[in-house]
Amino acid sequence: MISIDFILLVSTLMMFAGVYGFLTRKSTLAILLSIELMLNAANINFAVFNNLLFPQGHEGVFFAIFAIAIAAAESAIAIAIMINIYRQLHNISVDKLTKMKW
Amino acid sequence: MNAQDIMFVILAVFIVCSAFATVISRSIVRAATYLLFVLLGTAGLYFLMGYTFLGSVQTMVYAGGVIVLYVFSILLTSGQQEELRTTNLKKTVAGLVIALVGFGVFASVLFMYGFAPIDFAASSFLASPDESVISMDTIGTHMLSTDKDGYLLPFEAVSVLLLACIVAGIVIARKR
Amino acid sequence: MSYTLFILLLPLISFLLIGVVDLDIPKTGKVWSHKVAGLIGTASLGIVTILSYMTAYQYFFCTPRLADGTLPTLVPYNATWLPLGDLHFDLGILLDPISVMMLIVISTVSLMVHIYSFGYMHGERGFQRYYAYLSLFTMSMLGLVLATNIFQMYLFWELVGVSSYLLIGFYYTTGPAIAASKKAFIVTRFADMFFLVGILIFGYYTQSFNFSFAGTVEYADGAAHFIACNPETALIKNAAMTVLPLSLVLMFIGGAGKSAMFPLHIWLPDAMEGPTPVSALIHAATMVVAGVFQIARMFPIWIEYAPQTLSVVVWVGAFTAFYAAAVACAQSDIKRVLAFSTISQIAFMMVALGVCLPGHGEHLNHSSLGYMASMFHLFTHAMFKACLFLGAGCIIHAVHSNEMAMMGGLRKYMPVTHWTFLISCLAIAGIPFFSGFSSKDEIITACFEYSPWCGAWMTMVAAMTAFYMFRLYYGIFWGTENKEAHAHHTPHEAPWTMTLPLIVLSVITVGTGVFTTLGGFLDWKWASFGSIVSASGIPYTVHFDPTIAGVSTVIAICSILLATWIFKGEKQPVADKMYAAAPRLHRWAYKRFYMDEVYQFITHRIIFARVSTPIAWFDRHIIDGFFDFLAWGTHKTSHLIKGFQNGSVQTYAFWFLLGAILLFLIMLF
Repeated sequence: MISIDFILLVSTLMMFAGVYGFLTRKSTLAILLSIELMLNAANINFAVFNNLLFPQGHEGVFFAIFAIAIAAAESAIAIAIMINIYRQLHNISVDKLTKMKW
Repeated sequence: MNAQDIMFVILAVFIVCSAFATVISRSIVRAATYLLFVLLGTAGLYFLMGYTFLGSVQTMVYAGGVIVLYVFSILLTSGQQEELRTTNLKKTVAGLVIALVGFGVFASVLFMYGFAPIDFAASSFLASPDESVISMDTIGTHMLSTDKDGYLLPFEAVSVLLLACIVAGIVIARKR
Repeated sequence: MSYTLFILLLPLISFLLIGVVDLDIPKTGKVWSHKVAGLIGTASLGIVTILSYMTAYQYFFCTPRLADGTLPTLVPYNATWLPLGDLHFDLGILLDPISVMMLIVISTVSLMVHIYSFGYMHGERGFQRYYAYLSLFTMSMLGLVLATNIFQMYLFWELVGVSSYLLIGFYYTTGPAIAASKKAFIVTRFADMFFLVGILIFGYYTQSFNFSFAGTVEYADGAAHFIACNPETALIKNAAMTVLPLSLVLMFIGGAGKSAMFPLHIWLPDAMEGPTPVSALIHAATMVVAGVFQIARMFPIWIEYAPQTLSVVVWVGAFTAFYAAAVACAQSDIKRVLAFSTISQIAFMMVALGVCLPGHGEHLNHSSLGYMASMFHLFTHAMFKACLFLGAGCIIHAVHSNEMAMMGGLRKYMPVTHWTFLISCLAIAGIPFFSGFSSKDEIITACFEYSPWCGAWMTMVAAMTAFYMFRLYYGIFWGTENKEAHAHHTPHEAPWTMTLPLIVLSVITVGTGVFTTLGGFLDWKWASFGSIVSASGIPYTVHFDPTIAGVSTVIAICSILLATWIFKGEKQPVADKMYAAAPRLHRWAYKRFYMDEVYQFITHRIIFARVSTPIAWFDRHIIDGFFDFLAWGTHKTSHLIKGFQNGSVQTYAFWFLLGAILLFLIMLF
């Protein structure tokens, strides 16, 4: 018997793994990877809630699809920015990118 | 314990381990690879739940597109293997504390709420695939419908967003 | 009488014209602002004088008297300036015997001083400024005496204070002048504070700022309705009855400051740092008698509601008269002698007002003889003291020094100054047929009626007056000639612009003296000052008491003879012996009995050191410290929390997540 708890537990673990990564990683690309993790955890939750609580609806699925699309777009832009920054500064370490801070 | 349960346990362990590996791994290429595993595992979960379309999209867009993009950019930006492990102990501790506390709070909420345990077999996971599985037909219809359950507006919005992204990606990343 | 407005407006216009407009024609290089400024000022003053005399003529001789023979109080102008509910501040012109008399005094002396200043201030820097200030002063002083209510009086009172300050500090490049002007301003301001408090108390309780409750038709509605309308409330009535004397005494303190009564007299001797004509105008003839005038103005209220309180005025006046006379006997600076003599004479007027007793109708004229005497002395004193000061100015002009040691034997060189000075000295000493006799004799008569002790005391002070004035006279015009000082610069008579005012003023002195003396002995109604000014307003014929007149004349002549014996000769063995006999007394008197040092001690050692310093410490450390602490706290706090804004996205995320989790927890439980 698989409880819904366990699936949610998996997504929560994934979420906080992403949080941990976000807070500790140095490379901005690694931070982006952590963000992907968190987004993915959210997507799982959409799907699970849709499936297990409202089996007849499809809202969760659509949300997940849109989230995937937007996440893909976001990472594309983010990566473009990173590459641009790298070209300018030869560095993408988050604590070194201080040029535009103030 | 039926096959779905076993399948789920395997997937769950796989996903969780890969997720941890993603954020712990020293090599960023490996981290990206572990993320790929996570995404594929998630796709497996979707399949397990019967959302085949969602699983395929996950596999194609995420695993196929996004991760490839990441790997490319990683290879483009880090000429040599970058040391990923943070030397900042304070930051690590802070991240760990926040992650653990957050997890504790969320997990306790989950278990305190007490979702009714659902039998995989009785649920839509397997019971009647034909009913529970949302066919591509339905998705396509809903996506372009303006009815009550239609998603035409977000669909168009996303398409505009993607167009903007294409343009922006070119503008930002092009060589000057 | 609508032209009376111009009496105020003309000096104001000339003040603005002289004070604001640059009268030099640019690029011609000719400095003619001197003459133009002087001419404008003098011309406007001349017109004001003519208008004043016209007013006086019309008021005294053409205005029909009321049924009981009193002169009516006229109000040609009265405008509400600041209405405050029932209470309102008015500005206007009030004509009654004393204000018209003051008009004559002020305009005459001021005109004389204007003419005199042509010679005295010739070639001074700031000539134009000088005339501007003179105009300002004249305007303010005229406004003061013409005021329709106490508040307007107070306004102009402060204005004369300002112009006095400006004129004392006219030589603002010299230290003593600056110090003296500040001293005068601060001391009189300090006293004026009491005046203002008195006015406010008065206004609050009586709901009016008018000078008299009974008053005239114009004032009938503004009567003391607090007292009148609440007669049944005994408590309120009692309160008003105790409050009125209090407010009057507070106003008297203000008047005492302006009139240099002890112990607020300390500014007047120092005020002699100003130009001498200014001393003649402001610090002898007009402004310093403002205090006397103020009491005379409030006299109906004093005599009606606070007759016992007048003894305060007597005590202060009597002591000041003696003190100032004693100090004047020892001073060597001629202007300071005159300054102390002024203080002493004003104290005479104060005493005369103080010895008045209540009465009604004709009776009031007798019981309050002092009122008439005081006003009369004010008039005569203004004339002869202005003459003395202007004469002193001529002498200073001739020998370039204020010290008596630099003078002596000047009668040969300066005949006009000598004779006018002598006339004025005789007048102030109280010799018959000189104006001072008539007025001083009335004062002493009033004092004797009040109390024999008071009369005797004032007679003694009058004797001292004669003594020190003739000490001054002999010291300047007789005695040893300072050949050394005169060798390279022979003293010479002053130009006609300076001698003319002297002659005019001494003619007034002698004329008034002759007429009033004869009138007093022969009961001439028309030559009596009492026919125009008296306590009740009903004409009163002055009649000299031959005993008192004779005794005071004999005493005056005796002290003059004493002064002659001591000071006339080339050598002064008696004077030297007296100095040797009582060196300490002489030094004390010379140092003005160390009043300035007492003030210095009180202000610096007690007020500054014991009160102000702790308060300053409190201000600097507690009040400022509190605000410094606020700033310091803000600074430190911002230092502490600026770490949140370090620009690191991971730190932001950390705090964001922490906050989110905490919020989540709060919403859960």
